[in-house]
This record gives sequence, structure tokens and C-alpha cells, in this order.
Amino acid sequence: MDIVLQQLVNGLTLGSVYGLIAIGYTMVYGIIGMINFAHGDVYMVSAYITAIAIALLTFFGIESFPIIIIGTLFLTVAVTGAYGWVIERIAYRPLRNSSRLSVLISAIGMSLILQNYVQLSQGANQQGVPTLLTGAIRFTVGDGFVQITYMKLLILFISLLGMGVLTYVIQKTKLGRMCRATQQDRKMASILGIDTDKVISTVFVIGAMMAALAGVLVTLDYGAFDFYVGFIIGIKAFTAAVLGGIGSLPGAMLGGLILGLSEALFAGLISSDYKDVFSFSLLVLILIIRPSGLLGKPEVEKV
Amino acid sequence: MSNAVIRKTLISLAVAGAATLAQADVVIGVAGPHTGPYAAFGEQLWKGAEKAAADINAAGGLKGEMIKLVKADDACEPKQAVSVANRLVDSDGALAVVGHFCSSSSIPASRIYEEAGVLMVTPASTNPTLTDQGLPNVFRVCGRDDQQGDVAASYIVDVLKAKRVAVIHDKDTYGKGLADAMKSTLNAYGVKEVMYEGLTRGEKDFNALITKIRSVDADVVYFGGLHSEAGPLVRQLREQGSKAIFISGDGIVSDEFVSVAGSPKYVDGVLMTFGAPPSSYPSGKKVIKEFRDSGYEPEGYTLYSYTAMQVVAAALSNNNLDPVKGSEWLKSHSVNTVMGKKDFDDKGDLTVSDYVMYEWDAQGKYHQVN
Repeated sequence: MDIVLQQLVNGLTLGSVYGLIAIGYTMVYGIIGMINFAHGDVYMVSAYITAIAIALLTFFGIESFPIIIIGTLFLTVAVTGAYGWVIERIAYRPLRNSSRLSVLISAIGMSLILQNYVQLSQGANQQGVPTLLTGAIRFTVGDGFVQITYMKLLILFISLLGMGVLTYVIQKTKLGRMCRATQQDRKMASILGIDTDKVISTVFVIGAMMAALAGVLVTLDYGAFDFYVGFIIGIKAFTAAVLGGIGSLPGAMLGGLILGLSEALFAGLISSDYKDVFSFSLLVLILIIRPSGLLGKPEVEKV
Repeated sequence: MSNAVIRKTLISLAVAGAATLAQADVVIGVAGPHTGPYAAFGEQLWKGAEKAAADINAAGGLKGEMIKLVKADDACEPKQAVSVANRLVDSDGALAVVGHFCSSSSIPASRIYEEAGVLMVTPASTNPTLTDQGLPNVFRVCGRDDQQGDVAASYIVDVLKAKRVAVIHDKDTYGKGLADAMKSTLNAYGVKEVMYEGLTRGEKDFNALITKIRSVDADVVYFGGLHSEAGPLVRQLREQGSKAIFISGDGIVSDEFVSVAGSPKYVDGVLMTFGAPPSSYPSGKKVIKEFRDSGYEPEGYTLYSYTAMQVVAAALSNNNLDPVKGSEWLKSHSVNTVMGKKDFDDKGDLTVSDYVMYEWDAQGKYHQVN
């Protein structure tokens, strides 16, 4: 019993991280119909910025954990957001009116550029950040225990907060209305006076910021990263986005949680060798039953 | 003289000229993960080979010719290993190769070197298949995973007296090979593992796997794989409150293991099998001192790479720079290296393996267990 509960905790935290990164894929797809393959690498860049931010803050003599984490979150989210803006500006905007395939290839190129740029500037070695927050809450269950580390609690809390704020922004604010209008019909939105280029830029920045949230939290939790770390987690987050219905914001969160839980439960209760096989089989199954994902809307062919 | 004859003469002169130019240096490839997540090992290989080549050149080179090293980066990926092996053989004209590092790279590359008649001496690839293929040109100056697995298994059974052993591997040639070798010796001792599972290279979250280790109540966790996964694994193991003893092989001999684990306190007490410390060979003391004086700590495979270069040099210089004859020669002659006298058997393995157990301490250093 305690083991199943523990796996649920493991899956939930992993899933919320997948969900945060999946938001970047799903929002970009929703608004311009492209898959931003460089998104995983934006996450990787944010891991490096996290380490730099921690080093900077400790260099200035700040030692209290809350200030370090808030400062790091702030710095990393801001700088990574800037990366998102620049990437959109140089790699995607010039191709706005060309075929989807060109943008896709541009995205793959951007992904390679980011990996190699980080490798050259930061070195190919494994990097680590020191453990800042230790300790855990333990519940006794039967003759075993279930524990959740403070770091994992923080991950859950901040990702839920991030998702909540984002949902509010999209549903209730003027910016959100502009995003939704652009998503529904870009041409009409621009006729009605919405600067769609600006909206698209904003979406890229928001996506990068969410990836940065995940980057800071995961880097602080696992402590280890390298220039290639965005690849696997990027693929997983993309899967989560497709699972939940690409283009749908709640879908990305739901997809992330389902993927995280299914991985943890399968690895924990059956076999960790085949957990990815299981996750992808699940994806195939869901796509057979619901081709546009769990919460995705079927694409209406415009005539 | 007819035009055709003149042209032929000119061509043959040009070819002869090119051949002489190529002969001016003895090209030796240093193949390993010079970039990528395992680049720390590539650096060890390069530093060792570089110093050995410099020392040999300073002493007059090979038959009066200088060694020229060429870096070949395989990033520990089998496909890339094959393409850099082809490049070394075809365009660089390498006579011999020190490398590769990962067994999964060394095995496919070895066949290309065999076809081209190039001598290959790996400082680090321990998977048994490499020499079991029976290629005449392949040697290694490290042990084999079956020997390494034996040492680990007998330590687990005799010293730790553990009954509940969880075996984890990274599904790669080296990691799984090592874990399997350990497992079969363990089973031969009559201890059945309580768990045998693989994880995915490149992932960082192993919490689900660790909860499972906790659920089977393992008192020893044996991991076949590299430090980039071993670090997060041991850290998350401790974070989940497991006190199980963590044992791994020579894939974690790098200072990076500590930084990847996050803190020396997580690696405290981790055990690993690795060759006897090079400083235990009197012949190695001078080289180690020179490395340290130059500001580089020759950790992990650095001296193995130095040794591999010495083996290559001995084989080439005693056989008129012919790598095929050199390979033949190595099987019946011993070579004096910084790590003592090395003899090879018919397969290209060392006749004597020297695996011992090391322990990491709370300062993030490793030392031999007595």
C-alpha cells in the first residue's frame, strides 16, 4: 500500500514537470500550428541559467534559501523568456508565410544550434548544483512510509501556481482574449486590430517561461544536467501535449499528469525497462480512440 | 620520351611524394567521447595519450619518426564511432588507435580497424565481447567485465554478506554486460538477486525505480552504468531514506560523479571496482608527479590511456611501423609500461587482471578498500 501511494507521489511530481513543459508545445501549436522542436532545448538552457543565477546570488553573499529560490526563479524565468522571444524572432517569424515544413526544419535547426552553443560555451561536462533544500515529510502507512521531500512539495506548489496563473491570464485578461482570437482565426484577428505578430511572440515567451519554471525546479531537485538534458524530457513533454490534446491548455496539464503517473506506476509496479513502451502504447491507444487527444477539439476543415 | 611516359613518371613522383609526406609522422588516433555527456572520460583519454606521445617523441619518437595524434570524437554513440573510425582509417591514415571508451562504440569500430589492418588498443572498454570477437588487431589494457563482476560479487557475498541484492543497469552494452556478469557470479554463489531492472540513459528521475528498490528491501544496490546516471540514482536513493550499500563498476571513476550526485555526502560509502591504483606501480610514480606538476590530476583512465599509447608505440617501433605485424608481436612479447609489465593473451586481453574494490568518502574522493 505504502509503495503504491509513494509511486503516486513520484508520478504526480514528475507529471507536473512534464505538464509545465508541455504548455510550451501546446500553446505554440495552438496559435501557429507548428511543433516547436527547440522547446526541450529552451528547458535545457534554463537549467544552465539556474546554475548561473544561483552562483551569482551566492557570490553576492545571499545565503537564505527563500531569497535564493525566489531570485533564481525570477532571473531564470526572465532570461529564458528573452530566449523564447529571440528564437521566435530569428527562426520562426521570417518563415511565417512559408510552408509548415520549413518552420519545422527551422525548429530542428534551432534545437541543434542551442545544444551546440551551450556545449561550446559551457563545456560538454555534466554540471551540478549543490543541494539547497533537504528534508521530507513522512507519513507512516501500515508498516512502511510514504514520503514527499520539501523540494517535491515546492515543485507541486509552484507548478500548480504557474498553471493557475496562466489559465487565469488566458481566460480572463485582455492578453488572453487576444491569444484566443489569434488562435481561432489569425487573419480575422489582425483585421480587427490585433497585432498578431506581437501575440505570437508573447506566446513563445510564455511557453519559454513555463519551461524555465520547470527548469529551475528540476535542476534544484536533481542537481545534475548537461547540454543534452532537454532531449528526453522534451520528447516526454511533447507526448504529454499530444496525449492531452495538442492546442489545449488544460489538456497539456492533464496529459503531463497522466504520463507521469503511468510511468511511475508502471516502472514501480511492473518493470522500469518497459515504462516508455507502456507510455507510448497508452498514447497510441488514446489517439486511436480520440484522434485529437483527450481534451483536444477535432480540427474542422474550413471550406 | 612520349607524353604518356612523362605523365606517368610525374604521377608516380607525385604519389611517391605524397607517400613520403604521410610517412613523416606516425598518425595515431585517440578515439573517445570528446564531447557529449561522457566528455570527462574523453578528456582523461586525451590527456594520457597526449602526455605519452610527448614523452615518446621527446625520447626520439618511433624509429626516428614523430607521433602525431588525431582526436576522434565518437560521443559514445555506436553510429558516430563507426564514422570516425572510417575517417581515421581513410583520410587520416592512422596506423593505430588508442580507444574507444564505451564498449558499445569500441565493438563496431574494432571491425573497421580490423579490415584496414589498424592496431587498436582500448584503455577502457571492458565488455567481454570486444575481445571475444577474435579479431587479431584488438587489445585492451584494462580488465574485463566478467572479471570485474566476479570481484564485485565475491565482495558482496564474502565481505558484505548481503542476501538481498538489487541489480540495476543502463541497458547499454557496458552497463548491462557488467550487471549481467556480476549477476551470474552472484547466482553461482547461491545468492539470487531480489530485483533486476534497467533504467533509461539520459533520464534524471529514478524515483519510481527507487521506491521499488525500497519495496523489495534491498540491502545492496549494484549498478552497471556510468556516473551520469549513477549520481542521480544514489542521490535519490538516499533522499528516499534507503541505507542500501551502493556498488558500481569502473564507469563512475570521475570527479564528476560527486557533482552529478549533488554533494559528497551522497557518494559517501559508495563502492566501486576499478583496476589497482596506478600509483601502486613504482614505474608510474614519475609520470603521476609530472601530471600533478602540470596542474592535472591523472584520475580514472588517464594512466590507462598513457599505457595504451606505450603499448602501441612498442608494437609499432619493434615491427618497422607495421600495425599488422605489431598486433602479432604483442601476443608473444610483454611491454613495460607506467602500470607495470603487460602481457596479452591470444584474444588481446591482459593475462593478469587487477580489479580491486574502492570506496568513495565524504570528501568526494575514492581510495582502495583494504
